[in-house]
Amino acid sequence: MMINHSLRNQYKVSPGTVIKGKWYNHEYRIIKELGNGANGIVYLADCHGQDAALKISDNSMSISSEINILKSFAKVRGCTLGPSLLAVDDWAVKDKVFPFYVMEYIKGENYLDFIKKGDSWTAVLILRLLKNLSLLHGMGYIFGDLKPENLIISAPAGDVRFVDVGGITPIGRSIKEFTEFFDRGYWGMGSRKADPAYDLFAAAMIFINSYYPKRFGRKGEGLSELTRAVNEHKELRRYEKVILKALMGKYDTADSMREELLRIISQNSAKGGIPNQGTKEPSLVQSRTARKKKTKGRHLESLILVLLISFIYILYIYSRLL
Amino acid sequence: MNPGTIRQILLITDGCSNHGEDPSAMAALAREQGITVNVIGVVDQDIIDEKGLSEIESIAKAGGGVSQVVYSAQLSQTVQMVTRKGMTQTIQGVVNKELQQILGRSQTIEDLPPDKRGEIVEVVDELGETAGLQVLVLVDTSASMKHKLPTVKEALLDLSLSLNARMGENHFSVFIFPGKKSEVEKLLDWTPRLEALTNIFPKLTTGGMTPTGPALREALGSFKKKRSLRSLLSNDDKPFFEESV
Repeated sequence: MMINHSLRNQYKVSPGTVIKGKWYNHEYRIIKELGNGANGIVYLADCHGQDAALKISDNSMSISSEINILKSFAKVRGCTLGPSLLAVDDWAVKDKVFPFYVMEYIKGENYLDFIKKGDSWTAVLILRLLKNLSLLHGMGYIFGDLKPENLIISAPAGDVRFVDVGGITPIGRSIKEFTEFFDRGYWGMGSRKADPAYDLFAAAMIFINSYYPKRFGRKGEGLSELTRAVNEHKELRRYEKVILKALMGKYDTADSMREELLRIISQNSAKGGIPNQGTKEPSLVQSRTARKKKTKGRHLESLILVLLISFIYILYIYSRLL
Repeated sequence: MNPGTIRQILLITDGCSNHGEDPSAMAALAREQGITVNVIGVVDQDIIDEKGLSEIESIAKAGGGVSQVVYSAQLSQTVQMVTRKGMTQTIQGVVNKELQQILGRSQTIEDLPPDKRGEIVEVVDELGETAGLQVLVLVDTSASMKHKLPTVKEALLDLSLSLNARMGENHFSVFIFPGKKSEVEKLLDWTPRLEALTNIFPKLTTGGMTPTGPALREALGSFKKKRSLRSLLSNDDKPFFEESV
């Protein structure tokens, strides 16, 4: 990473430290560090006996703009895209003042850790991610710095939640924050203007990253390199059509990409099962019955299949919940 | 609101100046003329020269800008981040001044309750997106920079990609120091197309002293000329922006 000795240490605090708000006098006891990014550090904190996530920084501009985003999420009823905002304040320590905000602590796992459970989750999570993106784009925003580290898969339902809202940008503006591997501009595949296709490019890269956990750098021509990466991996090849279209910016909306992906998943399961290593998904059984009858009514068949799978999936979630 | 123009010098160097005026003094002079100086120090893995480090920091401090020391591999991301941070800092300074005029005290954004800051952030974001931007890139081409120049080129192309996504107009100019015959050499005159660098950059020769101070002085002069030039070529910029989108 970059070398930065300057301010970071000043708001890096050890577990047990009590952070007291300057404006509202609430106290938060730091439990542990959850992560740190370009614009601050996120801690797990005890807030009146409840777990909460506290983000602190030396940059009041970026903190305030994140607060703006979280507030606009709160205006949409039932919106669970990101964490809900609990409190906003400043911490005065010695002669410095550090702005911070407190948000809901989302229990769960980082995307890349989660899919280690089994391949069968990857496509499902991408579908869910696309649904989230569709909601966010509908609100007039682009996620911007979309990458696995910014996605938490909440336990046990497997919902996808956004955790770092720092890169969220109004549609039509320029992208403020990005990570090279997921950035359309880095691969020479388009501009850094915030449009839905920018996020869909990153979503396709998350798909690729799922099978190339170490990522890779650009060496030559972007598209041919990425196409090769997709082709060289058996599981990715199944979704080649959707991934390449997203990389080339051919989807205008997250919904159109989602529909096409869903179609491919159901076709795959009709042909021979979506990739399945774990015992979690019931699709293997489904696909065997499907393979026996190679009839014309494939569309009806896949529809029934999707319904069946989702039904069994709901049952499964219920059994986990009870 | 008329967003106006933000003027910046971006200095990319890897070490200590050893010739001519004190670069910090020249940076301070720039600041006096409303031009901020941002500095990026490019180092090789694990080689951090304390003296160079402090020079980098003090030039940026004196120039009212941002500094960052970085390994060559991360240069692209850093160049765009430093430029943006520098812009925000400039705009924030202007907004703070306005606030003080309205509120009559030494108020800054940080003195407002957190709930009130949200709207100001929106104004700052808006200005950052729409303001005109002039960036003069000043590249150290002393011998030790030789193997870093391809990375510098990549980083500058990436910078133009980031900035051209903005709604506001951009103008770039590139100077190198030391030049072939003089302390400083103009490589690229003011243009909205930083991509024009691609052809010139590989032909650069490196070597000689590191006259950072004189280079900054020369760069300042270029901004003045620019202003008079602009009045002649008033509407030259618009078409480019549309093309680039």
